[in-house]
Amino acid sequence: MENRIEQIKAEALESVAEAADIEQIKSLSVKYLGRKGLVTLFLRNISQLPVNERPEAGKQANITKKKLESAFEKAIADFEAKTKDDGFKAIDISLPGRPSSAGTLHPITHITRRICSIFSRMGFDIAEGPEIETDYYNFEALNIPKNHPARDMQDTFYVSDNIVLRTHTSPIQVHIMEQNAPPIRIVAPGKVYRCDSDLTHTPMFNQVEGLLVDEHVSFGDLKGVLEAFVHEIFDEQISLRFRPSFFPFTEPSAEVDILCVMCRGKGCKVCSNTGWLEVLGCGMVHPAVFENAGYDTTRYSGFAFGMGVERLAMLKYGINDLRMFFESDYRFLRQF
Amino acid sequence: MKISLNWLKQYVPVDIPATELADRLTMAGMEVEGVTERFQYLDSVVVGKIIEVSPHPNADKLRLCQVSIGEQIISVVCGAPNAKAGMTVPCALPGAVLPNGLAVKKSTIRGEASAGMLCSETELELGLDTSGLMVLSDDLDEGVSLNTALNLSDTVLEIDLTPNRPDCLSLIGIAREVSTMVNQPVSLPEIKLPEASGQITDLTSVTINNTDLCPRYTARLITDITVGPSPFWLQDRLLSIGLKPINNIVDITNFVMMEQGQPLHAFDFDRLAENRIVVRTAHDKEVFTTLDGKERLLSDNTLMICDGEKPVAVGGVMGGMNSEIEKTTTRVLLESAYFNPISIRKTAKYLTLNTDATHRFERGVDPDGTVTALNRAAQLIAEIGNGQLVDGIIDEHPLPSIANAISLSIARTNQHLGTSLNQTQISDYLQSVEFQVEIKDEDTLSVLAPSFRVDVSRPEDLMEEIARLWGYNNIKTTFPKISGVTNLPNQSSQIKDQIKNVMTGYGFSESITYSFIGKDACDRLNLAENDERRKMLNILNPISEDQSVMRTSLAPGLLEAMHRNLSHQIKNLQFFELGKVFISNGQAQQPTEMEMLAGLWTGVRSDVTWHSKPVSCDFYDLKGVLEDFFHYFKMDQIIFSKMDAELCSYTKAGHTAQILINGKPFGLIGEIIPDVLNNFSIKQPAFIFEINVNTFIANLPETKMFVPIPKFPFTDRDITLIVDNDVQAGDILDKVRFFEEKLMEDICVLDVYSGKPIPVGKKSISLRIIYRSYTETLSDRQVNLVHQQLTDRIIQKFDATLPV
Repeated sequence: MENRIEQIKAEALESVAEAADIEQIKSLSVKYLGRKGLVTLFLRNISQLPVNERPEAGKQANITKKKLESAFEKAIADFEAKTKDDGFKAIDISLPGRPSSAGTLHPITHITRRICSIFSRMGFDIAEGPEIETDYYNFEALNIPKNHPARDMQDTFYVSDNIVLRTHTSPIQVHIMEQNAPPIRIVAPGKVYRCDSDLTHTPMFNQVEGLLVDEHVSFGDLKGVLEAFVHEIFDEQISLRFRPSFFPFTEPSAEVDILCVMCRGKGCKVCSNTGWLEVLGCGMVHPAVFENAGYDTTRYSGFAFGMGVERLAMLKYGINDLRMFFESDYRFLRQF
Repeated sequence: MKISLNWLKQYVPVDIPATELADRLTMAGMEVEGVTERFQYLDSVVVGKIIEVSPHPNADKLRLCQVSIGEQIISVVCGAPNAKAGMTVPCALPGAVLPNGLAVKKSTIRGEASAGMLCSETELELGLDTSGLMVLSDDLDEGVSLNTALNLSDTVLEIDLTPNRPDCLSLIGIAREVSTMVNQPVSLPEIKLPEASGQITDLTSVTINNTDLCPRYTARLITDITVGPSPFWLQDRLLSIGLKPINNIVDITNFVMMEQGQPLHAFDFDRLAENRIVVRTAHDKEVFTTLDGKERLLSDNTLMICDGEKPVAVGGVMGGMNSEIEKTTTRVLLESAYFNPISIRKTAKYLTLNTDATHRFERGVDPDGTVTALNRAAQLIAEIGNGQLVDGIIDEHPLPSIANAISLSIARTNQHLGTSLNQTQISDYLQSVEFQVEIKDEDTLSVLAPSFRVDVSRPEDLMEEIARLWGYNNIKTTFPKISGVTNLPNQSSQIKDQIKNVMTGYGFSESITYSFIGKDACDRLNLAENDERRKMLNILNPISEDQSVMRTSLAPGLLEAMHRNLSHQIKNLQFFELGKVFISNGQAQQPTEMEMLAGLWTGVRSDVTWHSKPVSCDFYDLKGVLEDFFHYFKMDQIIFSKMDAELCSYTKAGHTAQILINGKPFGLIGEIIPDVLNNFSIKQPAFIFEINVNTFIANLPETKMFVPIPKFPFTDRDITLIVDNDVQAGDILDKVRFFEEKLMEDICVLDVYSGKPIPVGKKSISLRIIYRSYTETLSDRQVNLVHQQLTDRIIQKFDATLPV
């Protein structure tokens, strides 16, 4: 009988050694130690052995039971450790996850935020204004009288003689100045409209306007602020230049050009072979604009600037077709 | 405006390369948009020697020429009568494009191959002889391109002038600017009037009736002229800047306008009734035929140049057919005038007639340049037209211009610009551009602008001149002082940013569509006749019909966007847009602008993956987004209520909810009805919501206070009720919440079911109610008691039964 239990033990240990996983060990445990397991049955049947053999057989069976118990435990522990160690029975982590997809912001929103955030950190507040304006706010108050050739600089959408879709965000300057005394520091993003539609113009586009009014503001200050801005939105190294220009509501007026980001000044299609790209219009606020707002021109001076968001977005993202911004093509929108 | 460098050099020496000149002009505020070589077209026209001429076998008037072009001999078919062996002639090779637009290529003419084209002077714009081939000097090297051989070169600058600098709309104007750059004086053309006879005042007179519209009118008379083509040098000048030669008289007026900036007009004196000029406004609805042959309907604001009887020109805009210079013209009345810029602009707009003259007059010509230009042109007409100048000048000058001195403070200038220039520097800069400067005291200059600088009237204008001449890029960068005053951040723009961020979190991508839509948008949306959104603002001058009114809803834009994407096979879309709509208050008023947020969901909730099968999105997907959206913004007072069928327009009745805040509707959510989908050529279901962001922001709660985290566990109880089919689950939830049972923490719907074994007309709703106390752990007995009471109230309220 001793042989019998020894045989069971040897068999069990051999099986454990060959077991492929925890499940097999668990079933081995049932096979040998379960209620109807071989060892259990052996123990149960000891009473049928000759009396003199019983103590030894019982002793051996119990030893075997303990031995197997610890062998199974150890095997399970080993397997568990092994699974932890070398990823045995790992999942296929290369399979795609359960989709959970965030939407995207429009590139115009991204760039507008970037612009506004740079100026916010320079102490500028965000302002807004109506998109449909009276002639006064869009033109007159900005020193663009009726029948002035400067009106040709912007093709205007008219609603009636006196009501226009704003052609620029500059009317916001006037609203802000009417409602607040200096000092003023604002940037005002928004949609603007011009009656122009071709490869390089959409009848609606976005601008960001800026205005700073205080005592002793100089053209040098204007340069300082805009240079800091351009360096931050493009890069620290980029060359820029201030070029005399004309806007009825600023004097002196300037355009800010940056060295073409495509050709680095060598001349290419994007910069019309000039090597420079116009990115901003700016200037010292024209005294007539201050007078219209009721500001004391002997005490206050200031500067204003404006930029097209689409243009910056095109340069930053390398977008080559302006019209894409407003076509809501998912394949476009999902890229930003 | 185009500027020929060769022509410019007549007035100022330019010893810097053209590209550098272009750069300096740009940096002085005259943006050069293009630099081109005028004679580039001669690159492919080479010097050729005719070796042999033989008759064309199939054409009497054509001949075959063997032409040596250096290394090779080509065969060219030629029709010129003067072609003969031994002649040196220009030969255009395939690829050449001649000034008249002709593209030369290898061809077969009447059966004979021709590998080029022999050219005349006119064909090359190098002379006036049209009779035959241009004869070149025999000592030119064969095969060399003509621009090299003849040393032809002219750079043409295309300048984009800002409207404040009309003084630069001429060669002399640009020469003045260049002269300060190259530090060389301008040499103005010397005007030597020829010997004159007679007396102009005996022959004609000028009467100005509207002196405010025409402050000055000068005239001269030239008789015995011969009208004909201009000499080559004159035609060449005009051609170099893109003007077409017409005849000597007209060419001279154009030449002088381009040279001096003063538009001129020449009348056939013999066609002027009573041989006199009257300047007056037109009669209303008077019809007049301008030089371009078009009939123009005039208004009583239009300033006309008339003779003794009738109008002969639209003053400062365009002459009339009835007094045009013709081949037979012998006497010319030459006009040089100063017209009111606003009046010219109004007329040009009214007649939609923009000419080189209106371009200059409406921006402002030099009020003191009138006579100079007149004399210059009179001299040229007498010379070139072989005419006789009549002695004397008519100079009606009822409103002389008065130049005002501007007082300029040195300190203020430096302060404004951020410079530290001294009085001498400032004075020198201003004088370099012909300003007269008088030193008043240490700090003050009295400055008189030259008459042609009509843009200068304030000290700031002078500061700009100084900054421009000193160089914008030489001004040191500084930074404005930081003021201690800070304003409240713009709440609305911050919230809008937040809204956009949250929407992307729900998987919606931001779309920006045009603010203008088609007039038919309301019909396409099935809006009722009295719908507020039918109050659309019309654009008077739209780009196209489908962008002719301001949108009153974001829905059409998103549906259009959906349609476009479907056509690109993109069928699963989640879009949102945050933007304004415009409700008209009448065309003469500003509209009411409202900021709206709209979201559109179509296609699947989750696409096919290895995890799951595709599931279509539905009403509840979109509603779930909105519920959580409001929850995110801590707006607990939002109610979704069933929208009455008659209020539904583009969404399905029974599938639409009105969204209310504090009892006020401010948005809707629903499924788009098939009719409307059809109107947008869409063939798959779509769900949409639209809310008023202004109302949303106005109702945002104040900062919500922290609620302590509960210390005691909750207990839940489920209950299933059988109610009538038309009972809304939301009503039950609202009512139960309204009971204000203190121990009830939350209630949610677990299941809704109808069908067997539920009786017809009924449905079962299973609810889970969470109970919790903030002061103790609830015992089963306590919960059972409360739950029993609550259940009883619900059953009573909704006439519900418990399942059997």
